[in-house]
Amino acid sequence: MPGNPPKTRTIKVDMLTRVEGEGALHVTVRNQQVEDVQLRIFEPPRFFEEFLRGRHAREVPDFVARICGICPVAYQMSAVHALEPIFQVGIPDAIRRLRRLLYCAEWIESHALHMYLLHAPDFLGYESGMDMARHHPDLVKRGLRIKKAGNALLACLGGRSVHPVSVTLGGFSRVPLPRELQALADELRWARDAALETLRWVAGFDFPGPEQDYTFVALQSSVEYPMNEGLIASNRGLSIPASAFEERFHERQVPHSHALQCTLDGASYLAGPLARLHLNVDRLPPLAKQALDATGLRLPFRRASLSIVARAVEVVFALDEAVRFIEAYTPPSMPAVPVTIKEGVGMAATEAPRGLLYHRYLVGHDGTIREAKIVPPTSQNQLRIEDDLRTYLPHVLHLPTSKIAQGCERLIRSYDPCISCATHFLKLHLHRSESSALVRTHRHYP
Amino acid sequence: MARPARSFRQGTKPRLAVMKFASCDGCQLSILNMEDELLSLGTVLDIAYFPEASSRRLAGPYDITFVEGSISMPEDVQRLADIRQRTTWLITIGACATAGGIQALRNWADAEEWKRAIYPHPDYIRSLSTSTPISEHVKVDFEVWGCPIDKRQLLRVLTDIIGGVRPRLPHHSVCLECKRQRQVCVLVAKGEPCLGPVTQTGCGAICPGMARACYGCFGPAEGPVAAPGAPPNTHALAQQFHRSLGLIPVEVIRRFRGINGYLQPFREESHAWESTEDTHNQG
Repeated sequence: MPGNPPKTRTIKVDMLTRVEGEGALHVTVRNQQVEDVQLRIFEPPRFFEEFLRGRHAREVPDFVARICGICPVAYQMSAVHALEPIFQVGIPDAIRRLRRLLYCAEWIESHALHMYLLHAPDFLGYESGMDMARHHPDLVKRGLRIKKAGNALLACLGGRSVHPVSVTLGGFSRVPLPRELQALADELRWARDAALETLRWVAGFDFPGPEQDYTFVALQSSVEYPMNEGLIASNRGLSIPASAFEERFHERQVPHSHALQCTLDGASYLAGPLARLHLNVDRLPPLAKQALDATGLRLPFRRASLSIVARAVEVVFALDEAVRFIEAYTPPSMPAVPVTIKEGVGMAATEAPRGLLYHRYLVGHDGTIREAKIVPPTSQNQLRIEDDLRTYLPHVLHLPTSKIAQGCERLIRSYDPCISCATHFLKLHLHRSESSALVRTHRHYP
Repeated sequence: MARPARSFRQGTKPRLAVMKFASCDGCQLSILNMEDELLSLGTVLDIAYFPEASSRRLAGPYDITFVEGSISMPEDVQRLADIRQRTTWLITIGACATAGGIQALRNWADAEEWKRAIYPHPDYIRSLSTSTPISEHVKVDFEVWGCPIDKRQLLRVLTDIIGGVRPRLPHHSVCLECKRQRQVCVLVAKGEPCLGPVTQTGCGAICPGMARACYGCFGPAEGPVAAPGAPPNTHALAQQFHRSLGLIPVEVIRRFRGINGYLQPFREESHAWESTEDTHNQG
């Protein structure tokens, strides 16, 4: 580099693009050393945990869906699974499996959106999926059609694909007739084949960058690829029920973010498709397992960019489960089991498309929510993203600032961060000191 | 509310921007969920600013700007004013932008907290104590309602504007759509506290179709046909919930104080039941 390089330089991405919600990145480099990495989340807090207090437990699925337009089902699933144990509701297997089908639909639409419209343009050098379609119309059309198949399944089960309306405590307000699901079967079979092609396609991308030593955290089930059930597990020996989540996982506040950073025993960890795949690869049904093996890529995946492969595997899995379920479908004898509201506390974790989603509720004797706690996947991955950047940056500091910023943004994007999800939980709190009254936003702890 | 149609510069594609304030992203997603139309939209529109979908970010002016989300932070107000200056059509999409959204529930809770604070320093607030619709701050040219919006309605509005036609959407009650679909009335036949009679159409009457009561995603409908523009008869419906279905006042309040609870007809109805609630044992 000619001349004297500046001793301090700042690498900024003022607006992260192709992510859900709004955030920025600020990196400070001094004497060629990375001094500070801040994933800045300036998305406004929406105070969900606050206004859930005083609402009836039966209203919770409709309310929490509004935390995220991309993964409303995840919020509904974590909510009903946290609440139902309080009311000692036994969910019949037929309803349990329909809930998995609903979750499959969300994984399909969410993953297809991220792979084709948000993430793949990075690998092929385009600024958007629409831009990529100018040269690769067939590829983008394939992605949109897979996404549409997922959305159609969501709408069949839930009335519409964004904020579906049928999820209730105890089951569904209505379950589909066999012919309604049958009508989607051909398109889902097509999408399953297209998902296999997608996996072959993305497995051929280049995955540059240094390897990371991830602590993977996801649900782990002994019988199936996990969605709503299982223990919270890690590749370092963690295996706990959701009821013990708050003993091991702690949230902390940092000034540069409206989202709390969640840590496991004080350190960062990775939630999401890479973690799920790593911890549950043996529970993948044959089609998805064989398709993964055929790519020649071997676990563990130690680069965030490889998450596109994990998403592709999960789309194959979800479409395979959906097709097989529909082929054998007979409706449950009733759409929901009756629920008698009681007081108590309940917690659950389910697997949102972006990773582990933990909910805890305290319900009063009148059936209203007294306390709610929600820990979304992106606040769990926040610190992991910053750690990833700290490892990545020393390898690229010789590049022009704009190139570094581009690389950082690309790395962040591979996490599929959902910033809208991450910032729902701050409480507006008043602090008074002798000289003045300060108002800050911070987390309410019971 | 709607302005007369304006023509765009000859031979250029209208420039579209999508802006976000406090929201869940679901209404922006409805644009990306137009899987069949998305690529053709790109040929008739210049998608100049849509950070959720593209790294291409062109500064204004824009011909059409969709605004998602509510105003909930101090800096939002200035940002919104700037957007207003840079766009010809400002169109709000969704309940957050048109009604303050579900996060407008803070407008009740925080009022109480504020009362207890004697000398608040607003400089330290990173979040406003209220969540308000876009129209409380700047002139809005058209509102697309819903939580989430219906993508068919959005497409219709967009094609109307591109075609030089003043956009128009129905404001009547969802009951008309429900009856056309021959749904069994969940209010009359099942005794469910359905908000359909006072809620605007547009969703496709999906809740009755899913055997449950409407919860007001599309906001207040206009009143009876005899008086277009009049508020819906929320009072009669609330009385029905209370007297015939046995909802206690706090339950009536919760029905109206939901996703669109900050919009006037729903807000006033929930306030009207608060005095009743004080004298009622909630159990």
